[in-house]
Amino acid sequence: MVAAPVTSAAAAAPAAADASAWLAELAGALLPSRRQEDWRFTDLSPLLAIPTGIAAPSAEPSVAVPADPWTGLSLPAGVERLTGADAERLLGTALTATGAADHWPVRLNAGAAPAPLVLRVRRDGGSLELPLAAPAGDGLAAWRLLVLLEPGARLELLQVPSAAPGQRQLLSLVTEVVLAEDARLSLGCLALGRDDCCLLNHLVVRQAPGSELLAATVSAGWSLARHEPRVLQERGAASTRLRGLQRVEGHQLADTHSCVRFEGPEGELDQLHKAVAGGAGRSVFNGAVQVPRAAQRTNAAQMSRNLLLSDRARIDTKPELEIVADDVKCAHGATVSQLQSEELFYLRSRGIDAAAAARLLQRAFCEDVLRFLPAAARRHDPISALLGDA
Amino acid sequence: MIRPDAPVLLEIRDLQAAVDDQPILKGVNLTIRAGEIHAVMGRNGSGKSTLSKVLAGHPAYAVTGGSVLYRGENLLELDPEQRARIGLFLGFQYPVEIPGVSNLEFLRVATNARRAERGEEELDTFAFEDLVRERLAVVQMDPAFLERSVNEGFSGGEKKRNEILQMALLEPVVAILDETDSGLDIDALRIVAGGVNQLASPDNATLLITHYQRLLDLITPDHVHVMAAGRILRSGGKELALELERSGYDWVDQELARLGADAERQPAEVA
Repeated sequence: MVAAPVTSAAAAAPAAADASAWLAELAGALLPSRRQEDWRFTDLSPLLAIPTGIAAPSAEPSVAVPADPWTGLSLPAGVERLTGADAERLLGTALTATGAADHWPVRLNAGAAPAPLVLRVRRDGGSLELPLAAPAGDGLAAWRLLVLLEPGARLELLQVPSAAPGQRQLLSLVTEVVLAEDARLSLGCLALGRDDCCLLNHLVVRQAPGSELLAATVSAGWSLARHEPRVLQERGAASTRLRGLQRVEGHQLADTHSCVRFEGPEGELDQLHKAVAGGAGRSVFNGAVQVPRAAQRTNAAQMSRNLLLSDRARIDTKPELEIVADDVKCAHGATVSQLQSEELFYLRSRGIDAAAAARLLQRAFCEDVLRFLPAAARRHDPISALLGDA
Repeated sequence: MIRPDAPVLLEIRDLQAAVDDQPILKGVNLTIRAGEIHAVMGRNGSGKSTLSKVLAGHPAYAVTGGSVLYRGENLLELDPEQRARIGLFLGFQYPVEIPGVSNLEFLRVATNARRAERGEEELDTFAFEDLVRERLAVVQMDPAFLERSVNEGFSGGEKKRNEILQMALLEPVVAILDETDSGLDIDALRIVAGGVNQLASPDNATLLITHYQRLLDLITPDHVHVMAAGRILRSGGKELALELERSGYDWVDQELARLGADAERQPAEVA
């Protein structure tokens, strides 16, 4: 019998079981299942199609700890890298405070033991782009970041995680942020992926009173992408703006589970999450907002807007408001629509062909979030990737 | 301006159309020559807005019979965008708001689509800004409106001015203005009517669809047509509009009842 390069169902099952066992061992916990509420809509089987092992340029992937990838990084004035005991002391502070340390994607990241990048910003740190380019080689590529802004400090930070060309990879990104009083951070994550790669992205933020956070995440093209922004306003009185945009095509799945918790009064949240779903793609949004009794006079607004481009695509969107305090404003809403036929006809009646009109409308839908990314993101031409003509 | 020898721009013959299988147009006949201004009047539900949508190619309306020739070419087989490119323009009764699409960008893409069809070179951002600023004067429009999203948050008058601005940029051969006067105060009406008058030339034609005489006080039509029950019931000169202003539309019911027995009969011409 001639060996053919065909994977039979019988052969695939053990490979998936191997992958599952390897991931569970690395994370020290079994993969989440859809019986768990937080993963109800999210099928993790695309993770099992990624070859096991840590992505490394060598021929034999192993679980060896990779060398420090940050040595060549040049930082703007006002931003310094902490290493050694200083760094170790700070790492995990936001994960612990938000209860995210036990989340499976975070455990997986810890299991991969990436060399951490710990940054401290003392004043105006200007603008910094972190190109998170995975090394060559199939398998898992992980990054661990912590960004600490001291009182009154500022920073604009753009993360651009990307898979290595031609490699099947699972990207794991865990970012911790600590904002002291009156610190201001604009954080963008531009995650343009490929159909044979997955992304698990955790963002965990502690905010002190008077601090301002703008976090914008744009994601498209991944077989599976899971984004979990979690913000804790430790004593309230801070400003949180969250922007999300995810696009799915084919059989892709993108899932955003956000959580914002106010532990004190007079906190503000302004959240907009958008999704564009084409093909047989699936988009999931779950937005938790927690307002305990201590968080009087909280002002929170959450909106989920979704564009459905195909009758096979699927959108699941759910606000999850837990409000105990009685003197608060918490608004939320969700819309799912198709391209509006009257808008299309108006554009066509001006000589713009149907395809160009549809693109113009989709572009407008996306720009609403793209404009919140740091300016440096423009260089990556996100709109072309999002509209599927990169 | 009526010139019997002027070329025919639009020839509508026995046009029938339906929306959701409900017949709306039941045999419309209308011939428009270069240099002419026509007004189609009628009550709500008479089919006059449907006529404008069908001519522009709205996909919700199905043509069930008849023909429309635009400069000798079968208009009905063209997509809406192709109709626009060859010079047909519809000014909307309710211009659509499109959040996130900049008005300036929209106007530029539309203008370039029309220019490409005419064999003219496309305008880059700078050349287009020069053109659009010049054309803004036609409707006395504030350049600030260029920076906003298409029609978003515009008042009724601003939306209609934006329609006429588009007309000024696209330089249509046949412009159909659907209830352009609705929702306008007298100052806005003067500005919009002034724009239409400036753009009228011996080489183009305008079809005004309106409910009231007041627009026709400012734009003098060469021909006035009264629509009812999906047909043109009566045609005449500008005095027909004045007569309607005096006597209202009540005679329409009597005439429809009289015609009811003979649906095939063509409407009588009124001298």
